[in-house]
Amino acid sequence: MRKQKETAGVLSQSKIAPGIYDMWIETGIAADARPGQFICVYPRDKSTLLPRPISICEVREDRRALRIVYRVAGQGTAEFSGYREGEPVSVMGPLGNGFPLEAAEGKRVFLMGGGIGVPPILELAKELPVPGQIIVGYRDDRLFLKEDLEKYGRVYIATEDGSAGTRGNVMDAIAANDLQADVIFACGPMPMLRAIKAYAQEKGIPAYISLEEHMACGVGACLGCVVKTAQVHHHTNVNNARICTDGPVFEAGEVEI
Amino acid sequence: MNTQITIAGVTFKNPVMTASGTFGSGMEYSEFVDLNQLGAVVTKGVANVPWPGNPVPRVAEVYGGMLNAIGLQNPGIDVFLERDIPFLKRFDTRIIVNVCGKTVEDYVEVVERLGEEPAVSMLEINVSCPNVKEGAIAFGQKADALYGITQEIKKHARQPIIMKLSPNVTDITEMARAAEAAGADALSMINTITGMKIDIHRRRFALANKTGGLSGPAIKPVAVRMVYQAARAVKIPIIGMGGIAGAEDAIEFLLAGACAVSVGAMNFTDPCLTEKVIKGIESYMEQYHIENVTDLIGAVEES
Repeated sequence: MRKQKETAGVLSQSKIAPGIYDMWIETGIAADARPGQFICVYPRDKSTLLPRPISICEVREDRRALRIVYRVAGQGTAEFSGYREGEPVSVMGPLGNGFPLEAAEGKRVFLMGGGIGVPPILELAKELPVPGQIIVGYRDDRLFLKEDLEKYGRVYIATEDGSAGTRGNVMDAIAANDLQADVIFACGPMPMLRAIKAYAQEKGIPAYISLEEHMACGVGACLGCVVKTAQVHHHTNVNNARICTDGPVFEAGEVEI
Repeated sequence: MNTQITIAGVTFKNPVMTASGTFGSGMEYSEFVDLNQLGAVVTKGVANVPWPGNPVPRVAEVYGGMLNAIGLQNPGIDVFLERDIPFLKRFDTRIIVNVCGKTVEDYVEVVERLGEEPAVSMLEINVSCPNVKEGAIAFGQKADALYGITQEIKKHARQPIIMKLSPNVTDITEMARAAEAAGADALSMINTITGMKIDIHRRRFALANKTGGLSGPAIKPVAVRMVYQAARAVKIPIIGMGGIAGAEDAIEFLLAGACAVSVGAMNFTDPCLTEKVIKGIESYMEQYHIENVTDLIGAVEES
């Protein structure tokens, strides 16, 4: 699974919710990509130096294309949102470790996504060896990727304004539907991941959470994107792990969040 | 065509190196770059004990560059010698180890340990990191302090030493002269320029450390100017760096007086950049019928 940087081609792009874009890219990176891994996308604008880390949402069956669903958060992602079919896009990947699928074997599983943390849950649900209980949280009823997720498991929705599913967050959706699990896989904002970590500790079950942080290199060299770890990390030899390379997925008990 | 250069008796197959802190210990980039092609790998700074570094966010993008405040996170000299040096030894490239510390004794300890490792060709002494509060930059912003630490390290170093200078000073030539007078074998410049970014929507600093080091193409003209000034002030060789994004930039540094160059922040934009810079320098030499790359050093027309 060698990392590569290449000029790939945009296959399609559409806006699927306010500020949320859905792009399919034809790229050799798709061949080895696993759920929970990410790619770096490089803006063309030379005033923007750094790649944008974006999670892999889906890999096409023939493993020659992959899908990213991302939010326009600044100059770089605004540029990406303007790309049209047939245009080049500079990408590097696959990056990071991804979710440990084997941990789901024979288990009751929660697949939890919040906001722009929902996209990686799709490929995860698709490749998981068992059907997952998919619990996803949104701000309001503009529910992106819901139909895609429904193909791979029962989907439970939470919205902050109560306009769809359970009013509140993903934890409220678990309680409202009286759901149970032996293992959790999750991606989302830090408050959600903290709540999941606390819930998993209380239940005594493992939770694999995907983290994000400002990055520069994406390959583990710059030490920009670290997270505090409970133990001295084997690579860094301090209580820090690199999210880009040692993560982005960590067992919640390993990290101080 | 001859791309070989010599610094303090050490020969390099070409003048292209990696700037400390932007290339790890080479391992992370070995999937993208054939390390055998490089003049040298300059490692991330290493201290006598592991350093955890600063809180996150540690990096932020700015126009034409980036800010970083990593805080010299490193695994300490023991792990570095057991893991990183054996990895780098597998390649046909020079190894230059960047050394950091909080006190003179810290630096000396690392320098002495590295003295037992013949695979390390040179030591680069980091007295110019703007992101750690003690030591480091304190030695790099006052000429007498720089003189003192250079002299002390020189007493203990088996390999030739490169003093890495900070641009955050009033007169770079004063610092260059102090290092040379104290016995430095070479200089490298520039380290990052202290900067700041504020997120106006959240009214917060972009970096947890508030300030960080600015690098990338935005700083290149400052770096070229400082290399030029220092090259005229001292006789020891200078390794030039700061925003190199291609062979053209590298050649600019050579013409300004650098005898070698390091590729830094732009490795993040293009992980294969170092190899492209090497090839680009060769094409330039071919185009202008330059036999030795050393003919380019300081060769800017003065009139």
